[in-house]
Amino acid sequence: MPPLSILIWLPAACGVIGAILCTLIGRARSSSSGAAPLASGVESARTDATPDARGDGWDVPGVVALIGTLGALGLAIGYIADYSPGTSGLTHVTDVVWISELGIHYKLGVSGLNVFLVGLTTLLFAAATIAANLRSWERPRLFWCFFMLAESAVLGALLAQDLALFVAFFDLMLIPFYFLTGMWGRGTREQRVKATIKLVIYTLVGSLLMLAAAIATGVLAAQQGGGHITFVLSALQAMPLSKGSQEWIFLFFAAAFLVKMPAFPLHGWMPDGYRAMPIEVLMVFSGVLSKVGAYGFLAIVLPLFPQGAAHFQTLMLVIALVSILYGSAVAFAQTDARLIAGYSSVAQLGFITLGIFALNPQGAQGALLQMVNHGLVVAPLLFIVAILSRRAGGSEDVRDMGGIAFRAPVLASVFLIVSLATLAMPGSANFVGEFMILLGVFQAKLVIAIIAFAGVVMASVYALRLFIRAMHNRVGKDVDSREISLRDGLVLVPLVAVIVFMAIYPQLALKRSEGSTKAAVASAQAVADPASTAVASLVPGRPNVPAPSRYCGPNGAYATCYEGTKTGSSNP
Amino acid sequence: MSLLATTTLKGPHVDFAALSPLMALLGGAAIVLLVGLLGSRWVRAQLVPALSLLALGTAAGLTIWQWNAEKSIVAGALRIDSLSLTLNLILIAGGVCTVLLAWRSLAAREAAHGEWHALLLTSIGGMSLLAAAQNTVALFLGLELLSIPLYVLCATELKREHSLESGLKYLIVGSVGSATLLYGLALIYGATGQTDFAGIDSALSSGTLATDPLTLTGVALCVAGLCFKASVAPFHQWTPDVYEGAPTPVTAFMAVATKVAALGVFLRLFDVALIEAHASWGIAVAVLAAITIIVGNVGALGQSSLKRMLAYSSVAQAGYMLAGVVVASKLGAQATVFYLAVYLFLNMAAFATILARERETSLGDSVAAMRGLGRERPLLAWPMTLAMLGLAGIPATAGFMGKFYLIDASVSGGYTWLGVVIVIGSMISLGYYLPVIAAMWMSEAPSPADAPPTTAAPTPGPAPAEGALPALAGGSPELDEDPAYPARAGAVARTQPEVALVAIVSGAAILFFGIVPQPLFNLVHGVGSALGLL
Repeated sequence: MPPLSILIWLPAACGVIGAILCTLIGRARSSSSGAAPLASGVESARTDATPDARGDGWDVPGVVALIGTLGALGLAIGYIADYSPGTSGLTHVTDVVWISELGIHYKLGVSGLNVFLVGLTTLLFAAATIAANLRSWERPRLFWCFFMLAESAVLGALLAQDLALFVAFFDLMLIPFYFLTGMWGRGTREQRVKATIKLVIYTLVGSLLMLAAAIATGVLAAQQGGGHITFVLSALQAMPLSKGSQEWIFLFFAAAFLVKMPAFPLHGWMPDGYRAMPIEVLMVFSGVLSKVGAYGFLAIVLPLFPQGAAHFQTLMLVIALVSILYGSAVAFAQTDARLIAGYSSVAQLGFITLGIFALNPQGAQGALLQMVNHGLVVAPLLFIVAILSRRAGGSEDVRDMGGIAFRAPVLASVFLIVSLATLAMPGSANFVGEFMILLGVFQAKLVIAIIAFAGVVMASVYALRLFIRAMHNRVGKDVDSREISLRDGLVLVPLVAVIVFMAIYPQLALKRSEGSTKAAVASAQAVADPASTAVASLVPGRPNVPAPSRYCGPNGAYATCYEGTKTGSSNP
Repeated sequence: MSLLATTTLKGPHVDFAALSPLMALLGGAAIVLLVGLLGSRWVRAQLVPALSLLALGTAAGLTIWQWNAEKSIVAGALRIDSLSLTLNLILIAGGVCTVLLAWRSLAAREAAHGEWHALLLTSIGGMSLLAAAQNTVALFLGLELLSIPLYVLCATELKREHSLESGLKYLIVGSVGSATLLYGLALIYGATGQTDFAGIDSALSSGTLATDPLTLTGVALCVAGLCFKASVAPFHQWTPDVYEGAPTPVTAFMAVATKVAALGVFLRLFDVALIEAHASWGIAVAVLAAITIIVGNVGALGQSSLKRMLAYSSVAQAGYMLAGVVVASKLGAQATVFYLAVYLFLNMAAFATILARERETSLGDSVAAMRGLGRERPLLAWPMTLAMLGLAGIPATAGFMGKFYLIDASVSGGYTWLGVVIVIGSMISLGYYLPVIAAMWMSEAPSPADAPPTTAAPTPGPAPAEGALPALAGGSPELDEDPAYPARAGAVARTQPEVALVAIVSGAAILFFGIVPQPLFNLVHGVGSALGLL
């Protein structure tokens, strides 16, 4: 496999190449013909930028960008295939000293934690690139440059194995989205500017606190360990901080990640941000960026600050629980289809946080699976919202929709698959994920798990409500029901195919992530376990719960359990 | 007899090599002043700035020639070491940018080019002296040599009231600052009986002098005096008014060079001479830094004048850099100087863009002048965008590296809370940097109807005749410079190439050093050990 740097920088390079090509071609065309500027590439060729308008897309930078994202997707699939299920460490490591004075390395690596998120990122970006190519953008060179830079930054954040590098990429990935929303977003200029400033300040408040915390981690670890300052994750893991430092540093990191996700008290930017973003950009923002926050908990916070994580376990679980209940309730009350997706994300991310802070392998593995699932589900959901709004006279309000299934059976069935996956129907990969999360929490904190079950029920309420209000019901006043076009299918079908594939074969992700998730939560679990057993002894029902070792084989992880039962049933 | 002859004839040893950068600057000032007396328009408008650039270039070359020198000169009054040489380079780079920005400015023309450039070079000479000062006398000499020309430079747009006001304000406040500092230095002399830094240090290290009330009063007055110069809150009130009123090239110079000199002397005086009293001043200066960060960033919110906004932002940045002084460590000194170098690029990119827009639109330095810049003039919009992102400390810009280094130094020095204050300041700062970016990229250019004075509007003097001329880059200076009709809305004003050059080079440097910061780290590498810090 080629080095990871190629995967990271390929999209950004394609964005720049596309812009240069576009400039050259634009110049050649205008000099050779002197005719009116063609739609492709020349900035003055402005078409209506509302999501409803369908200009003829496929301009030069867009096509180059598509090549880049497809290339990245191919590489990511290669890395997934190459990652053998048994490993738990890093593979394909790139390690170069970036800034020797500060001990910052340019260290990248594939682990079981990030390999599927990288796959998800490249997949969603490829889908969003196709979607964005279906219409033409004002100032296309700039649009595609930022769009591709966003992919590079997200991939960099996922693959970084150095704390400072991670923080840099984490902060950097916000900037393209700031421009993408502010320049090509929906609504009036004032609304967009307001939304973007809210978005950036909210998220950077967390990120900058994380910057201070990250630097403190490196410096304090070096002071305690007596060595030279370093930010490499594996080295930091070997030099754990004192409990007091871990606690405040944990809070700073948690602030950054919870804002990004977003979780309940810190989601203030979300409604405005979601409303202002172009849907193609929102697909990747909602599908991928929130996962980087959750990934950060799993890959950085738990291994580096196990005592902090254990200390604040209950707090985090409560935040997650409130996010689930609040997100579900508000999603149910919303009429803006986009915000239904937005608040459902709050709830889903609440489940993911819940799984992570169960602080045991089942919960963590379920969370990781659910991250992939949620990304796979929310992107097509948002794209379907855009399709629906085109059929409902440009409105994204579910009250204006209705009866769209009438002449669009394919759209209806695709939407149904996505909705059922969203509500974690048994048989979908989301069900497996949520099940494992709840199993994990059940073992850690029984009461919270029981309340969280309510979230599962509520998910079916808001997901089905969205489906019914849009597809069935009385026909809306401006509704013009028609089947999805082949071009829309180009975006939806691959995503839905992957959803179905993951439903059939979730072990693909589970087996490969097993070793890494176990390693990630091991130290935190070691700190938290005495406490959880103490709580468990107080709960009378607890002894009836089978211990993971008896239930799921020696490893206590779902994948081996699944494997075990399969082989067990086939062998006799 | 022979003995007497040899003793009288043996003059003091003068290390001309080590003094050469300073001599190039001050000699250049004299030559520029004299050449400026020549009558020809071309000589005054073109040759004088070119000679100034030559003087600065020579000084830079001589600084690099002396790069590895580490010696005391002029009877121990000055020290040529890594710190003074590095600061020299930053100062000279700032000077070069200022000369380029001022090439066609009204200020230089009204004040007669020769005098304007001579003042500028003298001021840089004073800063260079200050950065090398080894005793309190040289310190004060350098401080006045840099300040007095600056008072005049602020007032060089002779026909604009604000400029004169700015010069007067700066003169009064600056004099108060100088007087306070002088008083403080006198008290320290009174307490220790020493004027040179090493002597003060050794006097303080013996006995209880470090906590003596006389010393502490002196230290407090020194802090206050230098805080005036570095515009550290609560001694910063003059900054917005002076920055706004001064001609833009002078503002750019003040923002960068004064900061460099003031922080340089902070490092020399506090981290060397008064290091023994660190227990007393450390926490006080740390609190001042924290207050400065908050006051500067909050003050900048909602400013519509970009120069005023950058003035408050420079107050905040001074607070960030003070964090490196507070920790009094090798890492801290290096982080401060690193940030100063970064700060040069950030500010020059921003001020060059502001200047370009001032000359092109009638909106002056208001944020509205930036509207639609991204579409119309991407080559100007990008440096400004990078400058704003860099000042806010976003990754992939040099500003991120600078903040990273400063926070690193704060945490290492046991001032973790100050590191957190720095990031809180950065958060607040987004509230005023982002609207500038939004104005550039997310709004349409102001329509001609918005711009108050157009060619149709009554303009005094021979406006119609000149307004009809094509506005070419490098066109008639009068046309470009006269404040009565700088704004020919609708006319295709092109940015002057030297201003664009400053903006683009600074912007490129922001990006380059954000990704490959190693050259800057190498530049500041010897600074900490030159000061003898751990």
